[in-house]
Amino acid sequence: MSVAAVDGPGGADPLDRVPVLSMRGISKSFGKVQALTDIHLDIFPGEVVAIVGDNGAGKSTLVKILAGVHPADAGEIEFERAPVAIPDPTASRALGIATVFQDLALCDNLDVVANLFLGREITRTALDEEEMEREAWALLRQLSARIPSVRVPIAALSGGQRQTVAIARSLIGDPRVVILDEPTAALGVAQTAEVLNLIERLRERGHGVVLISHNMADVQAVADRIVVLRLGRNNGDFLAADVGYEDIIAAITGATEHARPMPEPVYPAPRRIGPVA
Amino acid sequence: MSETTQPTPTRARIPALVDEVRSRLTGNLGSLPVVVGLVIICVVFQALNPSFLSADNLVNLTLQCAAGGTIAIGVVLVLLLGQIDLSVGSVSGLAAAILAVSLTQLGWALPLAIGAALLTGVAIGLLYGVLFTRFGVPSFVITLAGLLGVLGLQLKVLGPTGSINIPFDSPIVLFAQSWFLPPWVAYLLAALWAGGMFTSAVLRQRRRRRAELPTTPLGWQALRAGGLLTLCALGVAYLATDRGVGVMFVFFIVLVIVMDVVLTRTRWGREVYAVGGSVEAARRAGIRVDRVYISVFVLCSSFAVVGGLLAAGRLASASLSSGGGDTNLNAIAAAVIGGTSLFGGRGSAWSALLGIAVIQSISNGLTLLNLDSSIRYMITGGVLLLAVIIDSLSRRSRAAHGQA
Repeated sequence: MSVAAVDGPGGADPLDRVPVLSMRGISKSFGKVQALTDIHLDIFPGEVVAIVGDNGAGKSTLVKILAGVHPADAGEIEFERAPVAIPDPTASRALGIATVFQDLALCDNLDVVANLFLGREITRTALDEEEMEREAWALLRQLSARIPSVRVPIAALSGGQRQTVAIARSLIGDPRVVILDEPTAALGVAQTAEVLNLIERLRERGHGVVLISHNMADVQAVADRIVVLRLGRNNGDFLAADVGYEDIIAAITGATEHARPMPEPVYPAPRRIGPVA
Repeated sequence: MSETTQPTPTRARIPALVDEVRSRLTGNLGSLPVVVGLVIICVVFQALNPSFLSADNLVNLTLQCAAGGTIAIGVVLVLLLGQIDLSVGSVSGLAAAILAVSLTQLGWALPLAIGAALLTGVAIGLLYGVLFTRFGVPSFVITLAGLLGVLGLQLKVLGPTGSINIPFDSPIVLFAQSWFLPPWVAYLLAALWAGGMFTSAVLRQRRRRRAELPTTPLGWQALRAGGLLTLCALGVAYLATDRGVGVMFVFFIVLVIVMDVVLTRTRWGREVYAVGGSVEAARRAGIRVDRVYISVFVLCSSFAVVGGLLAAGRLASASLSSGGGDTNLNAIAAAVIGGTSLFGGRGSAWSALLGIAVIQSISNGLTLLNLDSSIRYMITGGVLLLAVIIDSLSRRSRAAHGQA
């Protein structure tokens, strides 16, 4: 485990990086359906990891385990090297994992500010609308988001703007890891570009970003690393810079079964701190 | 726009006003239709019978509004969650029965009797809330069962006599029938209300400026507060030519204002709107949805109890028919007519006041015309239908204009 993997495919991770979140040997089944088997995954700060795979590959289940929607049956999760359990969504949030689900989960009848701070309202004696509005603008500006007004109800926004609000909301409370489940699935070209920009902003801010996507173009546009799942197992872990479209498709479809033996050669599990020979 | 130099990407003030107007036109009607409707009703009835807008009749009207309106506040709350409570009438009847029995037959002191009624209301609401959140039974069915069960309880409490008079010198009867504010107190309250509104606008303005947010001109706020003050003062002056402003009516208005502040300025209120807008979103945001449901059912039953007590005080009696007849549906209709959406997440405490004013005006006006209750029911039903159609249409229009 402690062997430095400098010879790993695509150049290994610089050794001083510590994964903010690691999953080791995660398995999950629903009745007789084995959704995930022995999954390994590392997420580093300031890195966008795309998780790709065909339908039924287990992407959503993986997200739900991290979000605390379903607990894992077996395996370990380490957050900043400390073993943790994520039994429910609150625990996930408390750890600093923010999840933006595909259906966004916004309240259409409330305005942008209310949605951003839903469940975490700033109060003095009453709701402190001014402070919340100020912070909302600050956050949206940081993300270079194009929202006409923070006082319009969500229903008045476009799909891309709603996605922006949902992502911005995940950042309140300053999470370490942001998980985006199919953020561009329902968006047009311009809106997709807007959201991809936003993902790059997240990386610049130092969040670890997990991007679940079907869209290879989006993945290749923003991901630093691409993790392929196939039938609930790891089927490849590539650095986006030096992998071609065909390689990923091959791994997704199973043309290259276990394209890379996983996971040790690429990302040895949490390394001990200290000089590496 | 010129007075704030902050760089936030905001729109200029005039476009904001234009937006407001456009939003109104495209379905975000708010309380506009009901206010227009109320004016039409007044004009029509005044034309048919000149005593409709007489001070004497308006004083009666305000007193008639208080009990049903108080029940309607609770209905607004459950409707905001997208739920319903069909048992508010029965609960108000039970409250009247408890009050009358404990005052006259058990000889309890008034506060104790009121306390017992309130506790019963809380218990009923708690039961509804627990049944709803634990077993997921639709609130429609739970409260339908409650309607019957509580009605039975009311008969049981009343016992064989069936009708109990409350002594006329009991404070609750005086409160509901013959306590009126001296004009100067009424003017003072109106001034306090308008002043409070303006002060809070000024304070908000100052906080917004400090937070470098765009502000609306203070002149507009002053105009609103001035308008409110003028309206109240005129109302007080006119009512003072007869008996004046009833204490019970003021009590109802205060309840509406308090509930409005709670709904719009507190975290709990925000949670109510969130749950009504999208339960799943609220749950994922970490809101304890179950608690919101239970608290709202409890509040709704409690408001029904308060309304029942006011009604008992006004009639100085409790009987088998207390809370029966149209009490239930009037309260629900009032909330909907006042502009609270049946679909959840949209509405305000003010719709209780506006809605009950419409319903009681119709009822009062038709009584003045010596029309019988058959017509009254049909007309009230028609108005309710109209209100629901407006709600549905404006919802569809909002969806079409991307504001749903």
